[in-house]
Amino acid sequence: MENIEDLKAKTLEDIAKAADVKMLEDIKVAVLGKKGAITEQMKGLALLSVDEKKVVGQKLNLVKGEIEQALDNRKEELAKRELDEKLKKEIIDVTLPIRDENLGRVHPVSKIYEEVVAIFGEMGFEIADGPDIEDQFHNFNALNTPANHPARQMQDTFYIPNPESDNFDDSYVVRTQTSAVQIRTMEKKQPPIRIIAPGRTYRSDYDATHTPMFHQVEGLVVDKVTTFANLKGCLYDFVKAFFELDELPVRYRPSYFPFTEPSAEMDIGCKKSKTELKIGAGNDWLEILGCGMVHPNVLKACGINPDEYQGFAFGMGLDRLAMLKYGIPDLRTFFESDVRWLKHYGFMPLDLSSMTGGLSNTGGLTR
Amino acid sequence: MKFTLSWLKEHLDTDASVEKIAETLTQIGLEVEEVINPFDNMEGFVTAKVEEVEDHPDSDHLHVLKVNDGNQILQIVCGAPNVKKGMIGILAHVGAYIPLFGEKIKAGKIRGVESCGMMCAEDEIGVGSDHQGIIELPATSPVGLTLAEVYKADPVFDISITPNRAECLGVRGVARDLAAAGLGKLKPLNIPKPNSSFASPIKVKVEDFGACPVYTGRYIRGVNNKAETPKWMKDRLTAIGLRSISPLVDVTNYINYDMARPLHVFDADKLKGDICVRMAKDGEEFVSLEEKKYLLDNQSLGICDDEGIQCLGGVMGGNSKGCSADTVNVFLESALFNPVCIARTGRKFQIDSDSRYRYERWVDPNSNVLGSDYATNLILQICGGEASEIEIAGAENYKPVTTYIRPERLKNFIGIEVSVAKIVEILQRLGFETKEEGDKIWAITPTWRGDIEGEHDLVEEVVRMIGLDNVPAESMPKAYFPEQTLKPEQRRVVTIRHELAARGMLETVTWSFTDSKLAKDFRKGKEPVLLCNPITAEMDEMRPSVLINLLQGLKSNIARGYQDVCLFECGPEFFGRKPGEQRLVAAGIRSGYINKKHWLKEERAFDVFDVKADAMAVIAAANGPAESAKISTDAPEYYHPGRSGVLRLGANVIAYFGEIHPAILKKFGIKQRVCAFEVLVDNIPLPRNSKDKAKKKLELSLLQPVDKDMAFIVDRKIKADDVIAAAKNADRNYIAEVRVFDVYEGENLPEDKKSIALTLRFQPREATFSDQDIETLMMKVEQAEKAKCNAVLRDA
Repeated sequence: MENIEDLKAKTLEDIAKAADVKMLEDIKVAVLGKKGAITEQMKGLALLSVDEKKVVGQKLNLVKGEIEQALDNRKEELAKRELDEKLKKEIIDVTLPIRDENLGRVHPVSKIYEEVVAIFGEMGFEIADGPDIEDQFHNFNALNTPANHPARQMQDTFYIPNPESDNFDDSYVVRTQTSAVQIRTMEKKQPPIRIIAPGRTYRSDYDATHTPMFHQVEGLVVDKVTTFANLKGCLYDFVKAFFELDELPVRYRPSYFPFTEPSAEMDIGCKKSKTELKIGAGNDWLEILGCGMVHPNVLKACGINPDEYQGFAFGMGLDRLAMLKYGIPDLRTFFESDVRWLKHYGFMPLDLSSMTGGLSNTGGLTR
Repeated sequence: MKFTLSWLKEHLDTDASVEKIAETLTQIGLEVEEVINPFDNMEGFVTAKVEEVEDHPDSDHLHVLKVNDGNQILQIVCGAPNVKKGMIGILAHVGAYIPLFGEKIKAGKIRGVESCGMMCAEDEIGVGSDHQGIIELPATSPVGLTLAEVYKADPVFDISITPNRAECLGVRGVARDLAAAGLGKLKPLNIPKPNSSFASPIKVKVEDFGACPVYTGRYIRGVNNKAETPKWMKDRLTAIGLRSISPLVDVTNYINYDMARPLHVFDADKLKGDICVRMAKDGEEFVSLEEKKYLLDNQSLGICDDEGIQCLGGVMGGNSKGCSADTVNVFLESALFNPVCIARTGRKFQIDSDSRYRYERWVDPNSNVLGSDYATNLILQICGGEASEIEIAGAENYKPVTTYIRPERLKNFIGIEVSVAKIVEILQRLGFETKEEGDKIWAITPTWRGDIEGEHDLVEEVVRMIGLDNVPAESMPKAYFPEQTLKPEQRRVVTIRHELAARGMLETVTWSFTDSKLAKDFRKGKEPVLLCNPITAEMDEMRPSVLINLLQGLKSNIARGYQDVCLFECGPEFFGRKPGEQRLVAAGIRSGYINKKHWLKEERAFDVFDVKADAMAVIAAANGPAESAKISTDAPEYYHPGRSGVLRLGANVIAYFGEIHPAILKKFGIKQRVCAFEVLVDNIPLPRNSKDKAKKKLELSLLQPVDKDMAFIVDRKIKADDVIAAAKNADRNYIAEVRVFDVYEGENLPEDKKSIALTLRFQPREATFSDQDIETLMMKVEQAEKAKCNAVLRDA
């Protein structure tokens, strides 16, 4: 019988030398196969005495285990080497550019709409809509602006003929202000009312700072207790939340709108230089919105008793808010569909605005 | 409205600085647009010292100076007789603009000697009229000062006046408001009655007191209109941008801006007969000051003599009876006109004038005689002459509004407490007469205020004077718990926008207007909604489809070199002129390549199936049943007839999609294929607001599905949709999915046939399928295709 130790040493050496899996298989067959060296010795155990059988058997089992382990290890080693070799041939240049991913953008006006909705929603406002083409009652008369009121000339109105009447006063208008939605809301609903009405508005004006169409958001609160002090609080809370600033100085200047009294314009603090406008503390003021307490004639026009109910209204430009917050220099470019502009000033599809999750997110991939 | 500081001080006794005045004006609602210091724009002038004076080598009157401007020593050739060593004057640097010459100072040689600037005389920089010599400033003056630092210019305030504050279209009104705000004292008005020595030979008559409640006239004889308008008046008029014309015209302009009191002067010798104020006859002619001819209607008010309408009352003077330099006898009009009548006439004939501007807002109804006296005094002072007694038609007896204010109301409406004494003080300073009675303070409105109707107006006056910034800011009470902020129909628009952006489209916003020439093909049989007064011919119609503007947007992008464009817009399209005849559309276009040449991907252009996918994605984003929409091929005519579709739910169209018709593209000048979709969002039914938001129970099978391919030969006109439906419906229990993996027409198939190859996924429910089961299912599909689509199984 071959010396078991020699056998073991030789086999382990063969295993270590084996260059591939095939050679390992051959070794395995030669040693552990049906006629393998160890197998033969195992068969020989039957001839031995009980005591010898025990000693030699243990020994054989031990060697068998060691060889099996060595085979497995070597096999794994060879497989790994083989894979490494294969992978070396699969190297690619990962600096190559990715496939085009056509991600779109949301227009700044839509983004501002969502921000404004988020803030006023938090304050209990609902969103009201109304038609772009209005009758003069809703756009003017009910807003305390009768036919020859000078305020009608403050706004250059687009008119649409009424096929059923030759009277100019019956012609329709393309709404000059979202305030018309105030009237439609109050006609339908009794106070308490808290709404904002965002939407398209139109005036016949086209130059560096005016476009014939722009976007306004109108606000209206009517109940029994809301004061001018609430108006100031509400709008201050709004501008502070909107511009996402801890400190924002504001001031109010008396003004005139036919549908509110007292009327005011609100300015926010800013710092102006030739090239830059920075919202926040500074020596300059920037007009941001018009507001006031709802005029009793407006309430009356909607069948609401002004001795019992009161409230405030305000209006501001969504496009203007977008320009100020996101530093967009030219109003006219909002409406030009220039893909370069839309990609640059537009917002990522998943950049959502909420008061719980934040209004704006300037991070993220720009693809 | 513009005025100068000195003009303001004519009415207001104040020491306040220009800055303080400007700040207060804005605080009380007279918003300052600008305070202009006339010297601010004059650059290049500094005080400088003459350090050396030498005779010019080649002239007997010129000198060569060495002048120190604090920075450098300059050599200047100067011809002024009063120049002397050590004097301090005003130096104009090279490049400084000299208003008197209308040009800039240049460096150059004067008779061979270098001169780098000029020492200025008073008239050359507009600080005086002296031209005898150069300016000599006090010897102690520092050098290097700017003009604004040396001369106190009369600053010009430019303020914007809201329509309710007509009295502030006169300087006195502004002064009164400032005084009421505590910025000085309003000076008393001192307009003595002019001496009148005779009765006016021209009488006045008013036919329509509704249109003209008061008309006054005064004859002034023997005036000299060639006299010089006094410098102070000329300066003020020039400062606010009015041209001095003649003393008579200047006086009326001055009073218009001083007192917000329009006046008119006729050359009395040109008037024939008496003055009659009456409505014009339809078609009656009027020729304006600017020699423009108007055909009036019977709602326009004319100031007439025997020869017809000489003045469009309160709006515009005529050209034939006006004053000229040779005018000797004047007829001065001071009248009151109905604001509505003025506004209507002005608007109808599109005449803007200072007079119309004031009359249509408010002119103090009791200021006719006062204004006439004021003007008469000034005319007599400047032009000499003799005034007649005043002629008056109608009565100056306007009764102002009496109303009240309750301090309690201030507290409940504004949120501040103001004492009775403070309210009374404010109102009185503004010209109200007050009387306290119980919880009310009664106030009689001054006649110059036309905007006071009731308590809310007095509240505004008090708050305005107290200062809006002194009202506390109180956040909205939070107890009010709102409904959902965005209603479902509003929320889904937001979702649609984000969905389309996520699908690679850029959201744009375009005009609601469009070009009627291009819109013609997009009206779907409706009448155009045209504007009466479009801003340009390209924006004259309310758009019948959003696509028109998107196509224009595409075109301009192509012109800029960007051919691969995906644009969408969510906005209204209009199908009628009445309010509400509009609907919300989510529309988009895709043109060019979805995959450009790329090392990893095949190049591929956008096609109809991209926009079909968009349309279906929009419907799904709006929670609409995109899968159950029926597809037909009757899209509007602006789509390609063979490459477009319509998605319907029942009878309602919910979307159009397809390629844009090549003939339409040609009209737009677009030379590449364009795919488009329009989803009529309003037509997608809103999900019923079921209280149970729980989703349907998810059934997951443990058994593996089996995929089998089957190809069918059908007539070419058979729609894929029907082939798919037939397969799906062959067994709704076990056939889980049907996919089209190939469509083939051509070789090996008859001319009018095509092959549609499907992958069918069979999902076992109870037990794994046997071969027999699968065969049965495939048989069912084959039979269904045969029955529904006349399809034949293609040999494998």
